[in-house]
Amino acid sequence: MAIHTLAVLVENSPGVLARVASLFSRRGYNIDSLAVGPTENPKVSRMTIVLNLEGHALDQVSAQLFKLVNVIGISEMKDSDSLKREILLVKVANTSATKDIVKKHNAVIADESTTTLSIEAVGQSAAIESLLNELRPQGIRELVQSGLVALERGDKTLADRTLSTMGTANESDSNSSTADYQN
Amino acid sequence: MSKINGAQSLVNALEAAGVEVMFGIPGGAILPAYDPIFDSKIRHILVRHEQGAGHAATGYAQATGRVGVCIATSGPGATNLVTPLADAQMDSVPIVAITGQVPSLAIGTDAFQEADIRGVTMPVTKHNYLITDPKDIPRAIAEAFHIASTGRPGAVLVDIAKDALQKETTFDYPHTVSLAGYNPVIEPKIEAVRDAAALIAQSKKPVLYVGGGVIKAEAAAELMQLAQVTGIPVVTTLMARGAFPDSHQQHLGMPGMHGTVAAVTALQKADLLITLGARFDDRVTGKLSTFAPNAKIIHADIDPAEIGKNRHADVALIGDLKNTLRALVPATKVALAKSAPDLTPWLNEVYGWRKKFPLGYDKPADGSVSPQYVIERIGKISGPDTIFAAGVGQHQMWASQFIGYEKPRTWLNSGGLGTMGYAVPAAMGAKVGAPDATVWAIDGDGCFQMTNQELVTCALNNIPIKVAVINNESLGMVRQWQTLFYNQRYSNTDLHSKRIPDFKLLAEAMGCVGLRCETPGDVDKTIEAAMAINDRPVVVDFNVHRDAMVWPMVAAGTSNDEITVARSMAPVWDSQEL
Repeated sequence: MAIHTLAVLVENSPGVLARVASLFSRRGYNIDSLAVGPTENPKVSRMTIVLNLEGHALDQVSAQLFKLVNVIGISEMKDSDSLKREILLVKVANTSATKDIVKKHNAVIADESTTTLSIEAVGQSAAIESLLNELRPQGIRELVQSGLVALERGDKTLADRTLSTMGTANESDSNSSTADYQN
Repeated sequence: MSKINGAQSLVNALEAAGVEVMFGIPGGAILPAYDPIFDSKIRHILVRHEQGAGHAATGYAQATGRVGVCIATSGPGATNLVTPLADAQMDSVPIVAITGQVPSLAIGTDAFQEADIRGVTMPVTKHNYLITDPKDIPRAIAEAFHIASTGRPGAVLVDIAKDALQKETTFDYPHTVSLAGYNPVIEPKIEAVRDAAALIAQSKKPVLYVGGGVIKAEAAAELMQLAQVTGIPVVTTLMARGAFPDSHQQHLGMPGMHGTVAAVTALQKADLLITLGARFDDRVTGKLSTFAPNAKIIHADIDPAEIGKNRHADVALIGDLKNTLRALVPATKVALAKSAPDLTPWLNEVYGWRKKFPLGYDKPADGSVSPQYVIERIGKISGPDTIFAAGVGQHQMWASQFIGYEKPRTWLNSGGLGTMGYAVPAAMGAKVGAPDATVWAIDGDGCFQMTNQELVTCALNNIPIKVAVINNESLGMVRQWQTLFYNQRYSNTDLHSKRIPDFKLLAEAMGCVGLRCETPGDVDKTIEAAMAINDRPVVVDFNVHRDAMVWPMVAAGTSNDEITVARSMAPVWDSQEL
């Protein structure tokens, strides 16, 4: 079992999410989470896909994904050189203990009633998990979590590398990992 | 720019894409397109079932190398294309399907004859489109033809809403297509070519494992050069029959589940597989973990996703095979000039297997007709310029085994999807694309009953194909498995088709000549009678022995080492061979 995070730039066209989902379903790749949203370029959307690859090589998954005509570029987001964040919204019983936990974890009380607190937290998966573990005994009424999103550290951007060469084959990124595919 | 409607724009775009023929059936949503089709220089062949249109487009594409085109209406017309789209995509055949869709405002309302064909065909096409604005039609058509025919070829569907066909637009066909996410790698990396040549020059037991990609890339001549320069023996997969002449002394035949002992064993014992446009399909490898255990792998393919999908590649040559082979041949010459291993012991071994375990069959003891004999005689009498299209099953395997293929694009079949009913419509498409060639469909009685209505299309449109129905009155391959693996319990494989239907009468009812052959002595003269008819389609009902089986065989899921040459009979090896 190996967890990988892929950043995937796709054309912002109808059906592209269905194509990606259909590919993963058809080939039996397990998605842990998928987040999709706009980018700085209105023609391009960015997906962050967290995969649990058991028995499938990352290279093979990337190659299959890259075969989709609407997929422009793929890069593996490694822990060492990327920022990874998830959003948590959780509704917990309004107690002083809950408020203490929120404070300790630098989370935010986004909404408050006499009986419940709606708590907002942004962070890495482990931090979110740790917060949830402490909140659980207080009585979680409802929770919702976003998929993970990831961004490269430093000046390097996936979008720069990919979009500057849109429409032309480019193999100049030979120093990047083998899971990198871009035109 | 003058105003035209979307339908005229579609037809103009198809003309601009170079389409000369399309196969289809009109219906409500696509009806606007059929009005300008009436005036177009594009030949439209009205088929009897959309599945026939799709396979005809595939047969046309496989025989000519051009993009095949089929057209259907929304809903059931479109869903009837799903099987041929999946079939073409699995076998990397370039086809474009045009479908009508309900008007854009009705999409999503479960309107009459509405089906989300873009959603339905997403997993079985290379790419697809839903067009709701007429200005997008020319670009979508240009892109569809570009995507279908370049890189690894495949099936593309363009679904067009009825109102987009009706609304006014202007026609502007894009001369170049630029897709941000689609730029197939054409040229292999030169270092990889050198690495491959070096491996070839070190190998003592190499095999050229040739797949259908060689035919798609029009690289048969380059393959011949590589074979001649190296002297390495060749196996051609089911999709590659004809890529290398069967008569060539380096040819070992077809590998795989029903491959020759020599081809299967050469792959198993090899120290190097030079894999050219093949994909390590389960029907070739048998149990993957035991396939060619001592072989290093050179894998040349235009599709990067094939590299390492089933088998690790020691050297990957990603690119168009024609370019790859053009680079590999001189590089191999250079490498061999430095050190050329002596292949003689290996060649003696593999050619020894070929001599010792030739393909063969028994004549039925009861004097009835042997199916292999019929197919062998059709091949001999019709000759190597004939285009053969097979259905799926025993007759397909025998047609691959007992007909000698000498040229690319003379053997058409449904290899990947295994679509029963492929033969008749595919033969029709092939004959339209190659009207001067003799085209034989080698079909089974089960397959024939799935799509024979296209013989009406053939009869009415002067498409004089020949059909050999290898009639063993059963679903023969399934019956063979029941014989071998289900204690001869023949559950639902008996078709009674020597009784019903009467294929001779059925053929005549469809405007064809119907012939029947029931004894071995009549086989040649019946084939010759069929060969003499060129103004109409001919159907020959060959009544054959039902218990004939396809041998050799590697049972599904077992190792290629367990090949059997006849029932329960492993090849008798000389002891040193094992």
